[in-house]
Amino acid sequence: MISFEMPEKIQGARVLMETVAENMMRPVSRQLDENEHEIPWDYIEFMHTSQKAMGASGMTPGDEKQRKEKEGGEKKKRPRTGFQTLAFTVEMLSWGDVGMWLCTPGGLLGAAAVNATGTPEQKERFLTRFQGDKPVFDAMALTEPHAGSAMPAEVRTIAVRDGDEWVLNGEKIFVTAGHKALVDTDGFVVVWATIDPEAGRAGVRPFVVEAGTPGAKVTKLEEKLGIRASDTASIVLQDCRIPFENILGPAEVIEKKKKDEEGFKGAMATFDATRPLVAASALGIARATLELLKEMLEERGVTIRYGLPRSRMTNIEREVVDMETWLRSTWLLTLKSMWLADERKGNTIEASACKVKAGDVVVKITQKALDLLGPLGYSREHLLEKWFRDAKINDLYEGTGQINRLIVARRILDYSRHELN
Amino acid sequence: MYSFEPNDEQKMLIDAVTRYAENDLRPSAREAEESGELPGNLIKKGWELGVLQASVPEEYGGFGEHSAVTGVLAAEAMAWGDLAGTLAVMAPSTYVMPILIGGTQEQKEKLIAPVIEAEWKPYVGAYIEPNYDFYPLEMRTKAVRKNGSYVINGEKTFVPFANAAPSLLVFADLEGTTQAFVVPADAEGLTVGEREKWLGVNALPTYSLKFDDLEVPAENRIGGDEGFDPAAIFASANTAIASMAIGVSQAALDYALPYAKEREVWGVPIAQKQSIAFMLAEMAIEIESNRLLVWEAAWKLDQGNDAAREAYLALNGTSDTAMMTTDRAVQILGGYGYIREYPVELWMRNGRGIAAFAGLAMV
Ligand SMILES: Cc1cc2nc3c(=O)[nH]c(=O)nc-3n(C[C@H](O)[C@H](O)[C@H](O)COP(=O)(O)OP(=O)(O)OC[C@H]3O[C@@H](n4cnc5c(N)ncnc54)[C@H](O)[C@@H]3O)c2cc1C
Repeated sequence: MISFEMPEKIQGARVLMETVAENMMRPVSRQLDENEHEIPWDYIEFMHTSQKAMGASGMTPGDEKQRKEKEGGEKKKRPRTGFQTLAFTVEMLSWGDVGMWLCTPGGLLGAAAVNATGTPEQKERFLTRFQGDKPVFDAMALTEPHAGSAMPAEVRTIAVRDGDEWVLNGEKIFVTAGHKALVDTDGFVVVWATIDPEAGRAGVRPFVVEAGTPGAKVTKLEEKLGIRASDTASIVLQDCRIPFENILGPAEVIEKKKKDEEGFKGAMATFDATRPLVAASALGIARATLELLKEMLEERGVTIRYGLPRSRMTNIEREVVDMETWLRSTWLLTLKSMWLADERKGNTIEASACKVKAGDVVVKITQKALDLLGPLGYSREHLLEKWFRDAKINDLYEGTGQINRLIVARRILDYSRHELN
Repeated sequence: MYSFEPNDEQKMLIDAVTRYAENDLRPSAREAEESGELPGNLIKKGWELGVLQASVPEEYGGFGEHSAVTGVLAAEAMAWGDLAGTLAVMAPSTYVMPILIGGTQEQKEKLIAPVIEAEWKPYVGAYIEPNYDFYPLEMRTKAVRKNGSYVINGEKTFVPFANAAPSLLVFADLEGTTQAFVVPADAEGLTVGEREKWLGVNALPTYSLKFDDLEVPAENRIGGDEGFDPAAIFASANTAIASMAIGVSQAALDYALPYAKEREVWGVPIAQKQSIAFMLAEMAIEIESNRLLVWEAAWKLDQGNDAAREAYLALNGTSDTAMMTTDRAVQILGGYGYIREYPVELWMRNGRGIAAFAGLAMV
């Protein structure tokens, strides 16, 4: 039964997040933008405490486990809404400040990878730390200096087995929250490395590297166009030894024929869950922009008259109505992809599709809003120019717009990566 | 709870409509477009699928309950086959729906059953006006009160089957609000103009209308003395056409995609070139995201909420989607896309009309 009724639980979460966004994020947004590398500890501590209380954490839906406990492990037929709730949460926090949202403790991409590919034992060992007394960060390191989009096929970081340890060597760049995961808190980074350079993608595995591991070192913090509240780190792994059990997925390279599958599947499973969240994040910025644009126009006597044929609208009205159309349609697609995830149905196409459109839409909306507002939009007195800078990252990370188009295209055309690349 | 899955009944209806679209509408579409005539039995068969009847309660001769969601699901599936044929089959919706939504109990009982219980007959609405800036909530056709009746003056365009309509539902401005009046075909002061010619949907016979001091009794006003709120009708009209725009867009994608896999250039299918593959991916993305706008608008209509904004965004988005996808389908077929032996040029012509068609169907 098709329905667009927002469940009460989501309404509640949304109201809560809105309070956080308005009171803890917006007031410090500009300051963090102007003081790159400053860490928003107040926000971090607050989110850690409140997430612990709610049982949810970062990018992994929390309601499943909690519910089971409450209902004595009994299976109940109530539809799951964990991923949908997350999408709403991420959208609202990014409406507050996207850089700060990326500083939310308790599970970003690294935790999502463990959640998607880890054994129950690994999940226990790596994920329970998020429920501890202190906030903890995680990160995911796939990109290397020579390649981003081409990953994981061109991973050069090497993992060599030595008894009951793996020895990692290589360099990772652009690791979101890498510093917070390895240096500022007792977190971990999921590092993608190859156990067999001859095997191509089949040899690539994610490994968990914990804070304090000798040989894992943050060597650089990037200075960026936007999302400056979020640290983007380079990590050098030099004879970095980790326990054998820290490999996610099988330790052997499966026969060459099946080679594309195993290790790679893990990454894909992760992205199906995280891409829609990046889309949701992008749309949070887009909504913030559109709201402020309308507010500023209204203050100057311009209200949008909905319903008119295009020939009767002013240019500003047409632009705003188009923006609203893109925003709403993309949001619904994002929500659908998370609904599919909650229903445990395949969502690869939708996950990449909403990421493509959200990346486009947030870039277009922020660019147009500045254009329409002239010097007001361009001024650092308002956050619009910041959102314009923040927006662009959504077209880049979690697969660029082009890479996600490729994924959608391959799926609808039923092509392998050899046929379409 | 959010859900993006039609229920079982809706799925069955979609299946039946899809079969009709594929086996009946699509094969007749080209010939109908060129000759300007839809085979009579084609419309009859489409009518018998009961899409409109399923949205009318039993007490008024139907066999279901009013559901805009079911309506848009069916309309999309049908428009995938052919837009002109769909507009013909659904033409009586522009007469029935305003009465169902805005009519008095008596009007519903009296006026709906003869349309719904019978074979397809072109009871149709006269809604669109011949102006570049036509806006349904500010009609130029005027109705004024005169001694217990209404007198209508003005012009309409794009009235399907007006020459054969037993009765028309004429939309006109009454004291600043759009209202609707039942006008029998033989009413004095009603002139049916020449058959109109368009860029597309030429299989649908449409006519201009003129009203010169056309007088109708007060009881012919939908909603009686109080009238009705035109916002819901406006939203319904926008939503209905938006769903058909998605049908047309999906048709374009479904045609261009296999073509691109088959057509080769320098030894590889053109679909293996990113510029083609990305176009297809973007078509799919636009179609799915805008389809959800239509569903949301329809769902809101069914909740009895004000759906004006959603319906408006849906029409805005799907109108662009239809133009984009049909244009690209022509592009992907290359020179063949331009040839009338292939359907995509017709869809491109139909696609451009979406925003102008609002008012030709209601859900
Ligand atoms: C702020 C920030 C945070 C990040 N966080 C993380 C993180 O936490 N973990 C992590 O692993 N990575 C992270 N990244 C890296 C990010 O995912 C990569 O930058 C991205 O995947 C692109 O890779 P690249 O920079 O090497 O560009 P390239 O892969 O070199 O691409 C360059 C251009 O070519 C295009 N292109 C590439 N391949 C194709 C193709 N086959 N067809 C068509 N066009 C193509 C791309 O779309 C792009 O426009 C982050 C990056 C930034 C800037």
